[in-house]
Amino acid sequence: MAATTSSGPDRKGTRARDAFFYLFLTVFVLAVVAPVAWVLKMSLSTRADLLATPPPIVPPHPTLSNYTTVFGAPEFRRALLNSVLIAGATTLVSLTFGVLAAYPLARVRFRGKAALLTGFLALAFFPTVAIIAPLFKEFRELGLLDTYAAIIAVDSAFALPLTVWILTAFFRTLPRNLEEAARVDGASTFRVLTGVILPLSAPGVVTAGLLVFVFAWNEFLFANTFLFSQDHWPVTVAIPGFATTHTIDFGAQAAASITVTLPILVIVFVFQRRLVAGLMAGALKG
Amino acid sequence: MTLRASRLAGRTVPVTGGRSRPRGSADAEGRLAVAMLSPAVLLVGAVALVPVLYTLYLSFHDASVAETGPYNGLANYRALLDDPDFITASANTAVFTAVSVVLEFGIGLAAALALHRRFRARGLVRSAVLVPWAFPVVVSALMWRLMLQDQVGIVPYLARQIGFGDSSLLSDQHSLMIASIGVDVWKTTPFVTLLLLAGLQTIPEELNEAALVDGAGPLVRLWRITLPMLKPAILVALLFRTLEAWSVYDLFWVMSDRQLESLSTYVYRTVRISELAFAKGTAAAVLVFLSSIVIALIYMRTLRSDPGEQD
Repeated sequence: MAATTSSGPDRKGTRARDAFFYLFLTVFVLAVVAPVAWVLKMSLSTRADLLATPPPIVPPHPTLSNYTTVFGAPEFRRALLNSVLIAGATTLVSLTFGVLAAYPLARVRFRGKAALLTGFLALAFFPTVAIIAPLFKEFRELGLLDTYAAIIAVDSAFALPLTVWILTAFFRTLPRNLEEAARVDGASTFRVLTGVILPLSAPGVVTAGLLVFVFAWNEFLFANTFLFSQDHWPVTVAIPGFATTHTIDFGAQAAASITVTLPILVIVFVFQRRLVAGLMAGALKG
Repeated sequence: MTLRASRLAGRTVPVTGGRSRPRGSADAEGRLAVAMLSPAVLLVGAVALVPVLYTLYLSFHDASVAETGPYNGLANYRALLDDPDFITASANTAVFTAVSVVLEFGIGLAAALALHRRFRARGLVRSAVLVPWAFPVVVSALMWRLMLQDQVGIVPYLARQIGFGDSSLLSDQHSLMIASIGVDVWKTTPFVTLLLLAGLQTIPEELNEAALVDGAGPLVRLWRITLPMLKPAILVALLFRTLEAWSVYDLFWVMSDRQLESLSTYVYRTVRISELAFAKGTAAAVLVFLSSIVIALIYMRTLRSDPGEQD
């Protein structure tokens, strides 16, 4: 049935190994997915069903009321909007800066290039907490505390390493002769970049953009540090607060958890192959 | 005509390197490269580089959020080491990092070796494995709090079924630590798995076959071929996970409702919430930064430099 790497005549040993393999695989996948499924179930349960012992595996009275509660809360809707805004703007900024930086890194020879690339990579390993104190001071002096601009700037800076690495790797794989042909026809470097390179590297740009979006959507430390007013909170900051106000409304907490993750889950499922490839390019080519 | 020829000569031959090119256009190209790189470099400099240096500066001063006081040498660092909260935070962070990284790497490697086989529904499994990665840490902490909760949680319920008493999982430090490690393992092991899986796929199949012909058993092949060839992926996975665990923040913050302290939550509390401890907090931030560099260097040395498989 399944192709096996081991070649050997003893079918019994192979079959036992296959059984063990599928058992391991099942346990692993269950361990990964079951918690999510359970919370999804909680989010669809009535309050009474949540408190029932033993807890039912399938909600006996499935309901969307928890989701109505969640979306009925203005602070939650606001937080979703803020997250879209912050993650969207972060994606835009870091893609723009990333494309501009990746092109010379991929194509032009200059001194200090290796150092620059290493510097970008080092940022991926940077303990972000090390900078919150001085940034807090900086933003305070610049009047940027509690603004979207502050959070977008910080998020973009920390999304840049991945963007730059993916795009540089991608640009390097493009054939040079198209660019050269465009140049012979008199196109400027900027024209070459926007007219030739970008259309060709759309898949790489999309991958980088999605990864940045996911990163910014999930970010918490900076948002929790630099944003004070509830009006500005993204979901990651609003959700723990939401959980505190709806302390005993477990169904609503479950519904909120699912709602916040759903957009990202959709992205992950649709672009699975690309995201994995992008993550690996970012991580392994270092 | 001449214009085109000069463009061709000047701009489009980075393959041959800078030396042979006409001087003027090489400069033009260099200027253009600088111009294109500057937004990214400026942003990163302003948001990461300058603040780090500034933290270092502040850590030697009697600083507050509002103003920078006089130079006070190592006083902030001394105050830090006298603070029992900081000691607890460091110990918690060390335990969390050690245990979770070992578990994540062990399970991740086993899973990667299993998933390396070809089987049906492999794409589906790979998607499933990415699910925890998609969850924001804060949300996975909240989600697990729900499952660990006394009244409606499935975990205490199952624990009671097996005969573990009515201990409240979210109230004492020890079980909170165990729970946090558990959530971290759930959330990040799949990522380690994917990373190692990608590494495995770069190992040429012939190597394994040759060893098989030579009569090497599975363990010998794992130890002599797979692991050494996997070193770059292992380095990245371990480095990533260790440094991330070392700066754990959101997980502890939400999971324990602020009861469990890590180095990062300590820094956050001192510089952001109790502004009186700002100076101490900057010293703590410097220590987090330096210790991260030390961790990175140790990994680079042990995993990158030794060439053979001597043990």
